[in-house]
Amino acid sequence: MAVSAEPRTGVPTPGPSLRGRTLPTYALPGFAVAAVLLTLLLWATTGFAGRAGFVVFALLLFVALQTLVSFGVEGRRQAVNRLFTTLVTVAFLIALTPLVLIVWYTVKEGAGAISDHFLTHSMFRVDPSEPGGGIYHAIVGTLIQTALATVIAAPLGVLAAIYLVEYGAGRRFARAVSFFVDVMTGVPSIVAGLFIYAFWILALGFQKSGFAGSLALLILMLPVIIRSTEEMLKIVPNDLREASYALGVPKWRTILRVVLPTAIGGIVTGIMLGVARIMGETAPLLLLVGINQRIEFNPFAGTAEQVPQESLPTFIFEQFQLAAGNTDSEPFQRAWGAALVLIVIIGLLSAVARLIARFARVRG
Amino acid sequence: MAKSIDVSGVDIFYGTFKAVEDVSMTIEPRSVTAFIGPSGCGKSTVLRTLNRMHEVIPGARVEGKILLDGEDIYGSNVDPVNVRRTIGMVFQKPNPFPTMSIYDNVAAGLRLTSRKVGHEQVESALRGAGLWEEVKDRLSKPGIGLSGGQQQRLCIARALAVEPDVLLMDEPASALDPISTLKIEELVQELKARVTIAIVTHNMQQAARVADQTAFMLDGELVEVGPTEKIFTNPDDHRTEEYVTGKFG
Repeated sequence: MAVSAEPRTGVPTPGPSLRGRTLPTYALPGFAVAAVLLTLLLWATTGFAGRAGFVVFALLLFVALQTLVSFGVEGRRQAVNRLFTTLVTVAFLIALTPLVLIVWYTVKEGAGAISDHFLTHSMFRVDPSEPGGGIYHAIVGTLIQTALATVIAAPLGVLAAIYLVEYGAGRRFARAVSFFVDVMTGVPSIVAGLFIYAFWILALGFQKSGFAGSLALLILMLPVIIRSTEEMLKIVPNDLREASYALGVPKWRTILRVVLPTAIGGIVTGIMLGVARIMGETAPLLLLVGINQRIEFNPFAGTAEQVPQESLPTFIFEQFQLAAGNTDSEPFQRAWGAALVLIVIIGLLSAVARLIARFARVRG
Repeated sequence: MAKSIDVSGVDIFYGTFKAVEDVSMTIEPRSVTAFIGPSGCGKSTVLRTLNRMHEVIPGARVEGKILLDGEDIYGSNVDPVNVRRTIGMVFQKPNPFPTMSIYDNVAAGLRLTSRKVGHEQVESALRGAGLWEEVKDRLSKPGIGLSGGQQQRLCIARALAVEPDVLLMDEPASALDPISTLKIEELVQELKARVTIAIVTHNMQQAARVADQTAFMLDGELVEVGPTEKIFTNPDDHRTEEYVTGKFG
């Protein structure tokens, strides 16, 4: 291919200096202000209207302005760079918006309902439409049911992951298990609930209870724990296993004393991810546990006299139904209050998990 | 108690791939044997079969006989775990246990094999590895906080603490600087009074410096084994001569 001797057009010919013309630092804020002002002007003088349209139009204008000016002043490469930097930033902000909105809105709506009384009392003998009552019974239920599910699912999940990574690696059975774990990750929570309903209540004849709910929750939790533990065990360097074997340490002890301690931080984080995943689950609990206004510490309670445990998600659902769309009603306030408490509990647990992971992490 | 190793007619496989064919050689007690050869020739593979570490890799297997003082380590009733307690190993990359302190790293071999461990054993293993003076004031600090050379000597101390009869070293100095390498080589000379040593090395000078006996491997074949001086000055096989004189590899 012949090399063209003519300078390419559209690109400022690079001089002998390494420096080129660049936009001043105040250019970007300037474009933003200009874009907003221009849009305002357009909205005031023409038929354009609407807040959403305003934001989108101003944003597009801003992107167009800075890209065009940058192209003229700095050249093609810088213009493309600026264009994509802006697009990536905008995509990030858009993705973040719903998260921030959810937290903000829950705090705004729920903070008013929170009080000592709200956190320490149940709904027993409280008229839902009147002020008063609380979510103590729901907090108790959620914590007990989640703890039960975790106590069963965590050892099962970690052991299953140990099998998959340390014993089954490459075998057909392990590959099949791995595949089904992936499938299980996608099982809708209502399906897990239905399965436990069919198995535990219809086939085995047990009553609805907090424990039945825990069983469904553990089905949902298990694949999360297996997957994350598997990943953590895989990144433990093989060198460490070999070093241990070479000392004449049996395999099980190598796993227990060398592999697990090295991966423990990540494993704990994975378990907490699982906890966070199930704590807000509603569908299986509605199916398997039901509604109760009283404090019930026994997760196995489930007879006519002893109604099963309440939990935060079912409480929110129940109160929301009682509110029947009336956003000023007491049940509606309580639902938001319970939602806020649920988010705070999950947040606290995640923070604790981070702390545990940090302390358990590889030293040095 | 140093022991001898007798290898006869050993073939080594990864799955269906035969990586090493028909190796026979003898390693005398209280001697140093070096394995040299280009990358991928199978020298590390042979070393790893000597303490049954080869079979840790899925699909890997060994055919033939390897006798440790007359006892076949691949015999039907032999537990590989017991073999590894007798034949220790040091790897190319220093691999101290990251969750353990210096002290615990040395004690690990004994503790994890359900044996009692005393301070004297840890100290003597660290002295044996020439590391005691450098770490005696910070035994409770993490093992991975040491320098590369110190870490490797920590791994040697860890291997020595279980008092093996044979020590296998897989390119123990290839990731280290010249000073650390020198220390490891001096260590090998000291240790051979107590244990039998087999060492894989890329570095022919290193083999010439430390080994009593040298084995030259090429493409999965043991080309020649003999006294180090003979291998480097007057080998029988022309390929050995070409390799040690730098014509290839």
